[in-house]
Amino acid sequence: MKILVCISNVPDTTTRIAIGPDGKSISTAGIQWIINPWDELALTRALELKDVGRVTEVVVANVGPTLTEATLRKALATGADRALRVNTEPTDAWSVAINLAELIKNEAFDVILCGIESSDHNGSVVGGLLAGILDMNIISSVSGLDIEGDTLKVQREIAGGKELHETSAPVVLVVQKGIALAPRIPSMRGIMMARTKPLLTSDPVSSEPMTATAQLFMPKAKGACRMVDAENAGDLIRLLHEEAKVI
Amino acid sequence: MSILVYTENREGKFKKQSFELVSYAHALAQLAGREVIALSVGEVADDELKQLGEYGASRIIAIDYSGHLESRNFSKLIHHWVGALGPDIVLFADNNTGKSLAGGVAARLKAGVVSGVSGLPISMEPFILSKMVYTGKVNAQIQINTHHKVVLLAGNSFGVHTNPVTSIIEHHNIVAELASPSSELLSTEMQKGKILLSEAEVVVSGGRGMKGPENWGPIEELAGLLGAATACTRPVSDEGWRPHTEHVGQTGKVINPNIYFAFGISGAIQHVAGVSRSKVIVAVNKDPEAAIFSVADYGIVGDVNQALPQLIAAAKTLKDNA
Ligand SMILES: Cc1cc2nc3c(=O)[nH]c(=O)nc-3n(C[C@H](O)[C@H](O)[C@H](O)COP(=O)(O)OP(=O)(O)OC[C@H]3O[C@@H](n4cnc5c(N)ncnc54)[C@H](O)[C@@H]3O)c2cc1C
Repeated sequence: MKILVCISNVPDTTTRIAIGPDGKSISTAGIQWIINPWDELALTRALELKDVGRVTEVVVANVGPTLTEATLRKALATGADRALRVNTEPTDAWSVAINLAELIKNEAFDVILCGIESSDHNGSVVGGLLAGILDMNIISSVSGLDIEGDTLKVQREIAGGKELHETSAPVVLVVQKGIALAPRIPSMRGIMMARTKPLLTSDPVSSEPMTATAQLFMPKAKGACRMVDAENAGDLIRLLHEEAKVI
Repeated sequence: MSILVYTENREGKFKKQSFELVSYAHALAQLAGREVIALSVGEVADDELKQLGEYGASRIIAIDYSGHLESRNFSKLIHHWVGALGPDIVLFADNNTGKSLAGGVAARLKAGVVSGVSGLPISMEPFILSKMVYTGKVNAQIQINTHHKVVLLAGNSFGVHTNPVTSIIEHHNIVAELASPSSELLSTEMQKGKILLSEAEVVVSGGRGMKGPENWGPIEELAGLLGAATACTRPVSDEGWRPHTEHVGQTGKVINPNIYFAFGISGAIQHVAGVSRSKVIVAVNKDPEAAIFSVADYGIVGDVNQALPQLIAAAKTLKDNA
């Protein structure tokens, strides 16, 4: 089986976010970019499955400008075989999905993995849109994946429990924590090898934005924390009941 | 024109989020001059369906179907009803089910979709919604440009409000053109008697400061008294002290309860990313400099082992006097 892992390039959570002069996007100065954490777990599981011979090739794809190549190279260093980049600055989830769909129309993949959300716009819809555009089945909130011959065993989390699905390829899987526990980290050898692995760039398909950011602003700063004396901790329950009225 | 709400049920009972979603649709309908239509799929008795009318749904489309529909076909089914009923706004709860369906419906409608929405639109023309982005650090106003609009409402962000209306229930069979299924549901395993983290109004959470899984008794006891769900930080689930389903934060679940109790949690940015939308945050930590105090509304500087018994006693008293 051949797996495509869709990779989003996002600011590291610990970097400070500042809003740009247009008020609609963030200022990219000084931002440290990383692989979206869920995509990193997806990639890790794909590579684990390759290690045990269930998967023949792991390809990573990103829709983004040149700046995202560092992130794709890191995915190659971690163990992906090749990378695809659609050269455009995505305007919304639709523009990402339509361009990923184009890649998949040009080359068949058995399993397409997307993270449950991207920690920049937190949209959590790219996987769903992609499956819809391709008219493929989708299983979301996936927390476990195994491959047995031609069938995939997929564990999915639902509110208060889990489901086990069996599915044939092709399928879009939207994955979350559990699919892998800790992300795989590139080795020295991996970093050396990544330099010569193929990273192909293609042109985008044109699309009208379905959504647009009208405005970004920083949330109001929180008021001071009200401290309760440790000797009198029970008083906190009274405050929560009488003052905050939340219990 | 109308608003179509997908109201999910589990074993024939509507989930709280479904009532919240209908309440939201009702408020939106008042703003937009629209009718609220609820779509239910599965075996749900009329008495239960009627409840949707209590929250503001005037038309209830019940698709009587007892099998398992894979997400692709489920999206096709909803898409079919959007075509048949002509709503311009389609609402889902922002949970595992909503996330698996909304994208497929939006793609088929060529509609703009926004998830994690936490309130009524800021404007109807143009249609602008508010949500948090960059893992809770930034507020965004997102405009949907298309005729159809697909919206996922964050759980516990609007509340359940009764707005009784006269409602008509229509029963239908599946009439949409479905694909032959490519997957099968083999089994379902439910945790019984637990309050769902994603739906909980009160969450009691522990971090590494709890020192070990054997110390979780008081957290569970306090959660039991307050009708709360339990949660934890990533290292706690990575160590196997608590199940992964309880992990909240950037790489775990994002929750927004009315109140979040953080016991022995340092308040790392990746953790706060999952809980910053809670209405009230309470922190107990022995380190007065812990980052959690900068996002907390109430705090106790002290040992969890001393604070928890006092909180449990006070919660018991409160419960007894209620
Ligand atoms: C890419 C990435 C993603 C991550 N995603 C997440 C995520 O989704 N969720 C998450 O939680 N973390 C996440 N983390 C980890 C995060 O950075 C922190 O390491 C983690 O949240 C710390 O967990 P903690 O608060 O339980 O433990 P610690 O940071 O060890 O804090 C324990 C706290 O307990 C206090 N304490 C100790 N003993 C007592 C006592 N007896 N009484 C009172 N207080 C006591 C200490 O003062 C301390 O503040 C992520 C990290 C990275 C790099």
